[in-house]
Amino acid sequence: MSYTEKEILELKKTAAVLRGNLIEMIPAGKVGHLGGSSSIMDITAALYFKHMRVSSDPKDPRRDRCVFSKGHAVLAQYAAFAELGYVSREDLKKVKTLDGTLQGHPDMDHTPGIEAVTGSLGQGLSVSLGMALGLRLDGSESRVFCVIGDGEMDEGQIWEAAMASAAYKADNLVAIVDLNGVQATDAVANVLPNDKIREKWEAFGWNAIEIDGHDMAQILEALDAAKACRGKPTAIIAHTVKGKGFPFAEGKAAYHNAAMTEDEYRQAVAIVEKMREEA
Amino acid sequence: MGKMNMRKAYGEALLELGRGSKNIVALEADLGKSTMSNMFGGEFPERYFQMGIAEANMISAAAGLALTGRTAFASTFAVFASGRPYDQIRSSVAIPRLNVKICGSSAGLSDFGDGKTHQSVDDIALMRVLPNMKVFSPADYYETKKIVKAMAELDGPCYIRVNRNDVPNVTEEDEPFDWEKVRVMREGSDAVVFATGYMVFQALEAAKALEAEGISVRVVNIRTIKPLDAAGVQAAAKGMKGAVTVEEASVIGGMGAAVCETLAEGPAESRIRVLRMGISDCFGTSAQAYDELLEAYHLTPADIVTRVKEAIA
Repeated sequence: MSYTEKEILELKKTAAVLRGNLIEMIPAGKVGHLGGSSSIMDITAALYFKHMRVSSDPKDPRRDRCVFSKGHAVLAQYAAFAELGYVSREDLKKVKTLDGTLQGHPDMDHTPGIEAVTGSLGQGLSVSLGMALGLRLDGSESRVFCVIGDGEMDEGQIWEAAMASAAYKADNLVAIVDLNGVQATDAVANVLPNDKIREKWEAFGWNAIEIDGHDMAQILEALDAAKACRGKPTAIIAHTVKGKGFPFAEGKAAYHNAAMTEDEYRQAVAIVEKMREEA
Repeated sequence: MGKMNMRKAYGEALLELGRGSKNIVALEADLGKSTMSNMFGGEFPERYFQMGIAEANMISAAAGLALTGRTAFASTFAVFASGRPYDQIRSSVAIPRLNVKICGSSAGLSDFGDGKTHQSVDDIALMRVLPNMKVFSPADYYETKKIVKAMAELDGPCYIRVNRNDVPNVTEEDEPFDWEKVRVMREGSDAVVFATGYMVFQALEAAKALEAEGISVRVVNIRTIKPLDAAGVQAAAKGMKGAVTVEEASVIGGMGAAVCETLAEGPAESRIRVLRMGISDCFGTSAQAYDELLEAYHLTPADIVTRVKEAIA
């Protein structure tokens, strides 16, 4: 499927709105996972507002499922849920508070739209595989999208799940690797070098597609290609920038989970405003 | 009475559950012949998921299947079903209270030949400490069948540990069963023995021997370790001179610890002296025979006799 310039522009605008929601959740002085949430934000916009089967009812049985295995980036999902009406703007302000509904990591009991409990890294792809197998038993057309981090690929369970997903020919399962190159404490290359990512997924029996994870047209085309692929699961290896959109945070491990200063927050608000206008 | 196998009971119960409902699925980690989940796999291959030697993936995938409305039974050896995928059980299953039913097979010292890496001393304690988890330890074949079926009916995560070897039946096939209650196996007035798993049989043997010596022992079968039937445990201890707990697992954090906690928090007349028997803060070891290993770990009827006398002295 090809997309019109207008469709792409609209989606870019949505991504700008979501980045606006993101910083609304973590105003100056409030710690939050800014880096990994903004690297996956364009893909989040493409999933929830274009590609996935999404309903106003977050429990609609016909819905596609999206699991953030890199659960610390759940702020990106919350940003989308606010636009879908699953959570309110008031909820966004109360993220990670005792009387709020939005937990620090994904919790299906607290938040409509969250499909599983994740955040202890490495488990989401296995959970997604189980969902994909269950949906297939149901004869459902629903598909499962699992977002994993590049640091998260240190976890051996990711590769257990990769092996099993290929063995079960789970073509209703799509893994999206947010390859932002930076994990909690340092660059991935410095923590535990992990290269030939596409080749690894291919060697595990997956259809692998490498894209620029901030290019809307590439994101949508990769998702369509994954849908068309039969007999094997697809991994979309998305090259992204940690902290994308916020220059003071881009590519920096320090913004994996940090609070913005007053000055940075003002910059962030101005940037998001400009993004909305340009899109 | 006759000896029968709990693993066979698990396999048969799972198969019967599968025949009764398409909602039942089963997962294995390359030990299906041993856990006997392969009985289910033979009849329902489309609902049987061989996950290879990858327990972490098996447990989290079971959670995913449960999230599509299924009741997912995942089985492997008790050590690999509890400690190895502990965080997967914690995060993927217990926090969201999913219908994942875990079978820890060849539990305790029952895999006598394979030694310390394969013998589970810590599974009861690990599963007990998890919020939302129910923990079962049947005494025989019939009780295993009833518990597996109860697990399918219960909402939320469950763990069952079963013995590898043929063991004598101590309950009747057609007797009523209430998973929430302890079962008094034998009445007595001097001491009470709280036992679980195969140790219920050992305790009954000990009680017979003690009766010959004029000591009257009540034997209580703790088949549900969590939630523990606190009222039943306290009532069973009331008025006794002493109590002994006996389990084929670490005395730290196990069934005996749960009984002590319950009695300590109970009414004054139940706060009696308790001696715990079990595996004393050590790992297992290889042996030629199950009985030989139980002897080495002081878990025979004769050992229970000695401890009961100490408890009431």
